Amino acid sequence: MIRTLLANPRFANWLYGFTPPEQGVVILRHRRVYIVPTRVGWLYGATLGILLIGSINYALSLGFALTFLLTGLGLAGMVHTARNLARTAVSAGRAEPVYAGEAAQFHLLLDSRVPFERPSILVRHVASGAQLVIDVPAGAVAEVVLAVPAAKRGWLPLGRVMLETRFPLGLFRAWSYVEPDTRCLVYPRPERTPLPPTSPHAQNGAARAQAAGSDDFSALRGYQPSDSPRHVAWKAVARSEDMLTKQFSGESAGELWLDWRLLPAGLDLERRLSCLAGWVLAAQQSGALYGLRLPGEELVPARGEAHRAACLKALALYKAS
Amino acid sequence: MKALPHPLAPELRSVGGRDLAALMVALLLVVAPHAEHVPWWVALLVLSLYAWRVYLGVAREPLPPRWLLLALTGAAMAGIWAHYHTIFGRAPGIVLLCLFSGLKLLEMRSHRDATVVAFLCFFLIITNFFYSQSIPTALTMCVALVAITTALVGFAAPQRSLQASLRSAGLLLAHAAPAALVLFLLFPRVQGPLWGVPQDVDAGISGLSDTMSPGNLARLALSDATAFRVDFKGETPPPQLRYWRGPVLWDFDGRNWRMGPTILSAFKPPRGGEQTYRYSIVLEPHNRQWLFALETAASLPPGARYTEDGQILARRPVRLRIRYELESVIAPAPDTTQDPGALRRALRLPDGFDPRSVALAHQWRDASQSDAAIVSRAIDFLRAGHYVYTLEPPRLGVDSVDEFLFDARAGFCEHFASAFVFLMRAAGVPARVVTGYQGGDVNPVDQIVTVRQSDAHAWAEVYLRGRGWVRVDPTAAAVPGRLASGLARAVPEGEPLPLLMRPRLQWLRSLRYEWEALSYKWNIWVLGYDPQRQRELMSLVGMRDADWRKLTATLFTILGLFTGLLLVWSLRRLVRPDPVQKAWQAFCRKLGARGITRSPSEGPRDYSERAARGLPQAQGAIRRIGELYVTLRYGAVAPTARIDELKRMVRDLRLT
Repeated sequence: MIRTLLANPRFANWLYGFTPPEQGVVILRHRRVYIVPTRVGWLYGATLGILLIGSINYALSLGFALTFLLTGLGLAGMVHTARNLARTAVSAGRAEPVYAGEAAQFHLLLDSRVPFERPSILVRHVASGAQLVIDVPAGAVAEVVLAVPAAKRGWLPLGRVMLETRFPLGLFRAWSYVEPDTRCLVYPRPERTPLPPTSPHAQNGAARAQAAGSDDFSALRGYQPSDSPRHVAWKAVARSEDMLTKQFSGESAGELWLDWRLLPAGLDLERRLSCLAGWVLAAQQSGALYGLRLPGEELVPARGEAHRAACLKALALYKAS
Repeated sequence: MKALPHPLAPELRSVGGRDLAALMVALLLVVAPHAEHVPWWVALLVLSLYAWRVYLGVAREPLPPRWLLLALTGAAMAGIWAHYHTIFGRAPGIVLLCLFSGLKLLEMRSHRDATVVAFLCFFLIITNFFYSQSIPTALTMCVALVAITTALVGFAAPQRSLQASLRSAGLLLAHAAPAALVLFLLFPRVQGPLWGVPQDVDAGISGLSDTMSPGNLARLALSDATAFRVDFKGETPPPQLRYWRGPVLWDFDGRNWRMGPTILSAFKPPRGGEQTYRYSIVLEPHNRQWLFALETAASLPPGARYTEDGQILARRPVRLRIRYELESVIAPAPDTTQDPGALRRALRLPDGFDPRSVALAHQWRDASQSDAAIVSRAIDFLRAGHYVYTLEPPRLGVDSVDEFLFDARAGFCEHFASAFVFLMRAAGVPARVVTGYQGGDVNPVDQIVTVRQSDAHAWAEVYLRGRGWVRVDPTAAAVPGRLASGLARAVPEGEPLPLLMRPRLQWLRSLRYEWEALSYKWNIWVLGYDPQRQRELMSLVGMRDADWRKLTATLFTILGLFTGLLLVWSLRRLVRPDPVQKAWQAFCRKLGARGITRSPSEGPRDYSERAARGLPQAQGAIRRIGELYVTLRYGAVAPTARIDELKRMVRDLRLT
């Protein structure tokens, strides 16, 4: 019953004081560190009860001393468990953009802020279950990387993260929730699609034959997943292990427009964006000057990493929910 | 949310070598003292099980299959049944616990199993206290507790070093100690037992008995065991006055003296007397009801009962160490009221025994005017007889009194007392045998008198008209040295004496005195802390009539405070501000006062460069501070010695 109750988001929000994502450094104050006995803790309690009854029955003074010392140990263990988590400062580090289908690597920084070690802290991403256990050294910062699967393009917020510890005695479980305001950009999953033709007259690009500009073979380069199979140097592949792609001078010379409208009309939005992402990668690979044209948005032709990132970001966020 | 394997769950973490080592230390410490109580094959089996598990752990071999463990368990249970004819009760229970600790080790794979073993250790610790609650036992168990705590800490953080776990365990126990002390003092104590204490608790306890036959006191006198300890408030009486009265024996069958029926009576405090002694006694359990008191008791311990012949009895057999306070007077005014039935009982003798003694007694009767004259004749007779006082009395035949008085002429105090009372009864003087202890060892360290089983003694009491029951010690009459210098001087050279009574071991005795003094305090304050002591302590701090409600309230208040203190300790700002950062902030403040404030996004290099340009008169110092700060803050190796240099430079920075 309690489990169902806890699963109820409204109840959980009230109980755990969930807040909207917090910016900057979040300090886990005592108020937000929860603590309950573990199963081992309950067993320990039962053991203490039996020891106490035995001590009373046989009037064992040292039995009392043992029972009470163990009681004190339990109390100290409780405080130490809470202490192991409380006042940790959590902040979000960088999260490099990833493609949909990959795992976003969220970096979390746990700052000890105390002169003692904080061993065995479990960091778990609540939604995905990505988890790992780390020790935070005394007065230092430990970095955790949570690999959160990124299924959809767009912004992926980190979401709620649980920190838990049972150190030092395993009798109590202290945990806290934190939701740093950080997000990871997820690009559309790139789909390998043959590049559209280059054209100095970009506006007419759609009308031109696809084969043009592919005649002037210039060099071989390493195969990229987004390369068209037509450009793979099959003869060269047959000679060696590596996949090679033929590069044509016409591609790098001209201006390449990666245009939404070049794609078949029947294609749905996500496929279309995937194809465009594949184009962006292929264009970047080819070294061409390329621009991106989406309904209502246009990135003028350029080249380089920053441009590629800008293009992919535009695709990631196009009509993103 | 789907259920995930929890990395902190003990059932998913496997036991490592360090965990096993810590547990083995704890187990050996708590099981070793049991080796002398359990059957030899159990000790051997448990040790082999431990060794097996250690071998498997070291060799990284798989643990034995379940069926093998079940078979072992069954065989062990059968063995216990064959030995004890039960598996319940205390002794079989302890054997079972020891065996289970070994068997559980052999199926200990995860930290969950290891935790169960650790908790088993707690029970094994408490079973040790059944046999001994001495200081060495307590210390050993403390070491075991540290090992168990270290093991538990190790389970929670397997990646840390053993030293780190040991440090955490030490800190935890140090934090637990104050709470333990408060609980020990304030937890409302209930007088046990909650249910019947099993009978086998008292096996092997020595002490006086309700019968006396030739030779049984001499055997008891070979024991060094403590009977009781006495703490006199004020003066300690001299040895010849230290008669500790115990069982009174009335009925003689020619060989054995027996107590006969116990007749309870109301306690009448004696009047007058030369001197009053107030004292407290810590009585070791002897499984009988007698409470020993210095002759003559002038008060009764609470709850005690009194008999017609002056014995003080506890309500139940003394199975636990108890402490009681008493008052005694020396030579009180005689109590001459006496029941004629009791006097007739004090004259009864079996027919047909010891004809020579009977004849001697009749001869004294005819030649004497009074009972008192007969008593002095008997004393003179013993004094003149050159009797030998020995711990190894010769065996006596049917007429034990005759043989002792006229043939063997050697015996221990029970022989003297028995013969004397026999002679008195035969002469028509009511008499009875009193057993108890005589003397006791005064510890020069704390003046506590320790009375041992070797001080066991028997003497006589005769009833004289007008004077009531009068103590006569025939042993003292026959062997005058017995009282003044104790057993060691009274018995001939070369006879076996209890170890500590041997004169040559003086240094050992003085060491023993120190130890005894410590043990006494331990017994009084730790082991003897009972509901009564608790009330005394509470009234000392001003809490009158401390009942369990008040105690519980106080207890929870103090425990709450204690936990609060621990919380405050864990909450307090433990991070000292970094000295480098502090110096830098002071530097920024100084520059800020001159109008050059650092913007949050400005790095230290840019800021000090800007400041240096803004304040050209101090530009050298400012640049040096900026560089040093960057070195200390971001350098790969921070030269700690230069922190002071930075501090000094910032302090000496003059901007005007």
